[in-house]
Amino acid sequence: MTLHRPLQIASRVAVFGGIAFVLLYVLVIADPSPEVGGNWRTTNFGSALDDWQSFTRTLLNGLTFAGLLFIVASGFSLIFGLMRVVNMAHGSFYLLGGYVAYEVQQEMTGEGFSIASIEVSTWEWVLPALVAAVTIGIVGLLVQQVFLRWNQGQELRQAMITIAISVIIADQIIAHFNDGIAASMTWPGWTDRLIELPLLGIDYSLTRLLVLFLGVAVGVALWAWLYRTRTGMVIRAGVDDRQMTSALGINIQLVFALAFVIGSVLAAFGGVVGASQGAVASGQDGQWLLNSLVVVIIGGMGSLLGAAAGSLLYGLVFSFSAVYLPTTGDNCCTQYSIIVTFVLLALVLAFRPQGLFGRAG
Amino acid sequence: MILGMTTKQTVERAIGMGALVLVAIGPALFDDYWLGFILTQTFLIGIAAASLIFLSAYGGMVSLAQVALYGIAGFTLGNMVTTEGKGLHLGWDPWLGVVLAIAITTFIGFVLGAVASRSAGIYFLMITLTYAVIANYFFGQVTVVSGFSGISGIDLRAPGFVGADEESPVRLYYVALVVAVLVYLLIRFVLRTPFGLSLQGVRDEPVRMASLGYTVPMHRTLAFTFAAFIASLAGVLYVWWNGQIDPATIGLQGTIDLLIVAVIGGLGRIEGAWLGAFVFIVINNYVRDSWLTRFLDDVGIGGSFNTIIGVIFLVIVIVSPDGLMGAWGRFTGVFRRRGGGTEPPSEAAVEGIGRT
Repeated sequence: MTLHRPLQIASRVAVFGGIAFVLLYVLVIADPSPEVGGNWRTTNFGSALDDWQSFTRTLLNGLTFAGLLFIVASGFSLIFGLMRVVNMAHGSFYLLGGYVAYEVQQEMTGEGFSIASIEVSTWEWVLPALVAAVTIGIVGLLVQQVFLRWNQGQELRQAMITIAISVIIADQIIAHFNDGIAASMTWPGWTDRLIELPLLGIDYSLTRLLVLFLGVAVGVALWAWLYRTRTGMVIRAGVDDRQMTSALGINIQLVFALAFVIGSVLAAFGGVVGASQGAVASGQDGQWLLNSLVVVIIGGMGSLLGAAAGSLLYGLVFSFSAVYLPTTGDNCCTQYSIIVTFVLLALVLAFRPQGLFGRAG
Repeated sequence: MILGMTTKQTVERAIGMGALVLVAIGPALFDDYWLGFILTQTFLIGIAAASLIFLSAYGGMVSLAQVALYGIAGFTLGNMVTTEGKGLHLGWDPWLGVVLAIAITTFIGFVLGAVASRSAGIYFLMITLTYAVIANYFFGQVTVVSGFSGISGIDLRAPGFVGADEESPVRLYYVALVVAVLVYLLIRFVLRTPFGLSLQGVRDEPVRMASLGYTVPMHRTLAFTFAAFIASLAGVLYVWWNGQIDPATIGLQGTIDLLIVAVIGGLGRIEGAWLGAFVFIVINNYVRDSWLTRFLDDVGIGGSFNTIIGVIFLVIVIVSPDGLMGAWGRFTGVFRRRGGGTEPPSEAAVEGIGRT
């Protein structure tokens, strides 16, 4: 370590003290807003003790956002872990997936701009999602075979190539999909309601829980695929030692192509979920590229567990900082929530540059 | 042929001096649009691109944070000197504002560099990209210092020698030109100092340099700080020139555009910065709504300038990853081989991004 021992201990104490303070602040220290004024303890809802329901809701919002983050970022992480390709077009695949599914759903329901969820059957959501996944899977396969196969190992060059592709896709989306204006998918009718959560005593949106469920389902499926099948075994071997794996007579190119397709499909599926939960709009490609980057930098590159941990941390910090930063004046302080994300990132980089679950080197 | 120089160097010097003379008498040759828009913008975008190329060619770090840094300089200056409107509008003396904007940006560059310096290559690219996007969000969200619509009227508060009258475009043209030349000379100078030499050692053999007793992260951090200083100069010039800066200026689009500028010019040589800026800006101005975009529409591809520049970018990265300067190097190399000479030792990192 470059830090001297006492300095190291002092910085550890500062970090863990800081984390403990933040937890205490949210759980007990914060106060609800008074009629006038306020101080550093004033937040929107006060602490968890003051308003248990708002706390639970914020927690669930963070978890459901983490579910969506995981769907997108796990694809990014899979591609990077196996091929060392930083797919800068991952956000573009997300956006393209959302728009393709939107167009298909519009076509199927024959409706105009917005569709009432009551008129959408499960099939009218699942088929657009499948079409989007297959389309983007093919796009991903083409990108990998045409642009990334012949220059393996040239990491920066590959990153540049995917940046160029993302520039082209972003412009083509504006040209061909809804002028790049925000487009929303509609969830199937049966999901569009609040359900009362047992024990917690609050009503919560079923679609948000569905997002969380989908995130967990993707996680379990990926885990089963990577750790319980032969293909998964080959992929893990490829992550560890590419050359040795291919020397054993395994067609590593086939595995690369497969992993890139799965990664792209996950981006597209994330786009479909994102478009259903909110909307997709031109410009979100950068936002989702950033989200994926932050998640994998925090969690560790190429690790499934890391992607899950990174999604959880980022989702929770994002959700809580928007609500639990002090609100003492007109301009303070919830607008600074973006800085909290940055602090999280900087802390991880400073203390564990390889990410929470990444391997050194 | 000047003593001790190859033919190629002589030719390059001649081209460089010729271009310099040409732009030095620019106001006599070019119309207002070329002078005030295309060339001034080329100089200042070139400065920002030079900071990116310096890091890439001599530090082995491709940074996507340079636009964010020049934005930080621009926003800082805007907050300090303007007297009304958005932001803090402190109304301080323009000179004080310039000095503080450069100093603050350089300091922020030091902090960001210290965090990023432990990683290299692709990780560095990703971390600096998150810097870029976070800076963009920060200025978009935090209404105290900017907010969505940004800060305007900064050109009205430029120091006297730039001024805000009908003569100021020509004066700003010369200011940008002089700063660009000084930046170029400064980078050349820094590369010959012991720091510059050990930085290139760190680029090529970080492990060996570390075992020789050099602090690798410190070299990277200082290189990043120096690049932040250069980027801050571009930021100050940008807000004098544009008068206004908003978060969209330093968004992902702007970040990628600067990378495209640097890649078109060539990530291996500083000169490429201004060449790339010039090519990018000319294409941006003349291809928009030209026969080419109409042709794309006709064949059903559609899209605008961005599709075209994206394809150009893609082709350059595939065909000549070290950009136009690299293509020039290979062209002169072919020329020399025909003459029976031998290949000279490669200029520092001309292999650029082609290197693994």
